[in-house]
Amino acid sequence: MLNRTDLIIKSQDRTDGQSISEYIAAGGYGAAEKAFSMPREAVVNEVKAAHIRGRGGAGFDCGIKWGFMPQPGARPHYLVVNADEGEPGTFKDRKIMEQNPHLLIEGCIIGCYAIGAHACYIYVRHELHLAKERLWTAIEQAKDKGYLGKHPFGKSYPVDIWVHTGAGAYICGEETALLNSLEGKRGEPRLKPPFPAQAGAFDCPTSVNNVETVAAVTLALRSGGDAFSRMSLLHEFNDGGVRLFGVSGHVKRPGIYEAAVGLTLRELIYDLGGGILDDRPMIGVIPGGSSCPILLPSEIVDVPGDRRFEPFNGKSVLDLPMGVDTFRSIGTMLGTCCAIVLSDAADPVLACRNLMQFYKHESCGQCTPCREGCGWLDRLLEKIVAGTATMNELNLASEVASNIAGNTICAFGDGAAGPMLAFVQKFRASFEDYIQSGGSKQTRRLAL
Amino acid sequence: MAFSLTSEQSAELEQIVARYPVKQAACIPLLHLCQRANGNWISDEVILFVAEQLNLSPSHVTGVVSFYSLLNEKPPGKHQVWVCRTLSCALRGSEAILKHCEKRLGIKSGETTSDGNVTLRTAECLASCGSAPMLQIDEKYHENLTVERLDTLLESLRSEPKGTP
Ligand SMILES: Cc1cc2nc3c(=O)[nH]c(=O)nc-3n(C[C@H](O)[C@H](O)[C@H](O)COP(=O)(O)O)c2cc1C
Ligand code: FES
Repeated sequence: MLNRTDLIIKSQDRTDGQSISEYIAAGGYGAAEKAFSMPREAVVNEVKAAHIRGRGGAGFDCGIKWGFMPQPGARPHYLVVNADEGEPGTFKDRKIMEQNPHLLIEGCIIGCYAIGAHACYIYVRHELHLAKERLWTAIEQAKDKGYLGKHPFGKSYPVDIWVHTGAGAYICGEETALLNSLEGKRGEPRLKPPFPAQAGAFDCPTSVNNVETVAAVTLALRSGGDAFSRMSLLHEFNDGGVRLFGVSGHVKRPGIYEAAVGLTLRELIYDLGGGILDDRPMIGVIPGGSSCPILLPSEIVDVPGDRRFEPFNGKSVLDLPMGVDTFRSIGTMLGTCCAIVLSDAADPVLACRNLMQFYKHESCGQCTPCREGCGWLDRLLEKIVAGTATMNELNLASEVASNIAGNTICAFGDGAAGPMLAFVQKFRASFEDYIQSGGSKQTRRLAL
Repeated sequence: MAFSLTSEQSAELEQIVARYPVKQAACIPLLHLCQRANGNWISDEVILFVAEQLNLSPSHVTGVVSFYSLLNEKPPGKHQVWVCRTLSCALRGSEAILKHCEKRLGIKSGETTSDGNVTLRTAECLASCGSAPMLQIDEKYHENLTVERLDTLLESLRSEPKGTP
């Protein structure tokens, strides 16, 4: 059910960024003030009741993550906000930082209090200069109002927030690589355990949360956790609230749209996105950033043994509500909830190649299966597209991808392997045609 | 010649260092500051300067610089242009945008014009996929590009060094 909201970003077309007075007039910073009057544990419980599934891609429950933080003790705690937004197809966090920065800053204040931290770093991708500028301004304004600093809301619980910046590396979005980068090192992922809650930034207990997750915390405290969760159509799946849905590629109205969790891909693509360019047929959709395996519109939901799926079994995957667990159950992922749409004008083999060039370029090189595998996949795809590969090499590509998955320190490897395997499996005929005829029957293009 | 900062920039350095519990964390922000002050690249002198300021070994700083694509190990042109090549942009014509840039500037991606004015590169997804195709010029995004708008943009880069009234 299409249930649009305007709690996270006020308006799609608004580009000036909200002023603090406007934000306060609409109830802004009331949630942080409320949180500061509650015991720390009660704030965490409110966030738990909101069922905010991590908006950075993995979908882990924010309240549960905060519950893992140890009791405040001798070592400082840190809140680190992941604003490295680099997953291909994803452009939602930038919208929040540019258009409603105070929603994020308020969430950071609440988050620090909830996890026993006095310092928060917002790790912003270097290229997002406007976002950084808006955040610094918002921080200064909040400080002037006394919401930040030594005595936020008159309470002696100091909170400081700083913007930190990366220097161009997709891998720094991975939370432990991000922590290394924050510490002034090469952005290489760390072995887990220890998890950040035990030893994160500067070896201290740390929670890393996505921009949109932290922004949602503000909304949850504002409305009450349970009420926030119930705005979602997937409350039953413990997937609460409202979130941002992105759509890009071959749609008439690409952009970021805000709605209750549980929107369907059909609603996102055809109602909000305006349908496919030139009213062409759609051949596939990558649901939530490039690391999520592509779905075909002909795929049918079939999840036996779970009563919650009964209304959807037998229907197109385009009619399944978009949620962390619903999409995991159909062999893909919700990821960042920003869909990339391919019409029949797009050659799926070239789309696959485009993505594998990305993974080859961005592999940090630390783990052999990922470094070698991503390079190998790129070379195999180059041969396939040139029409010089053999059928054996096509099968080899799937084998190489399978060998990356699960054999690396971080989830980058799975993020590269999953899409590769899905493209070959679901568009096998197109790949075979390249091999048999050098691609003569293919459109050989991506743009219309 | 040894690298140094102006007093204003040194004050900024102090502010940056004060944000973190350990000095090393200031490494990347300080590299950005120095890169800006040094014509957009990290020379050996900059590496020595940063290492000394933060009590790090020069090899640590070199390792950091080589890891990140936005820390330039060689001087780029006066203006830097990045064309996003990743899927959402490719679906909306980024390939044509890149080709047009190459033709207009007379260079290939990865090269700098002979007058040292423009360096052209491709970028991976710049979080602007809903306004594709797009490119970044220095610190600014230009979205929903058309070839006509691209011409105006590239033209403005060329005329700038002569000085505008
Ligand atoms: C290769 C890779 C890149 C990632 N990039 C991002 C990113 O740009 N932004 C983000 O929030 N999370 C990213 N993540 C997920 C983070 O590791 C982490 O799960 C997330 O920041 C946690 O926040 P959340 O629970 O609020 O989603 C990435 C993960 C991997 C493996
Ligand atoms: S693919 Fe170009 S901005 Fe995302």
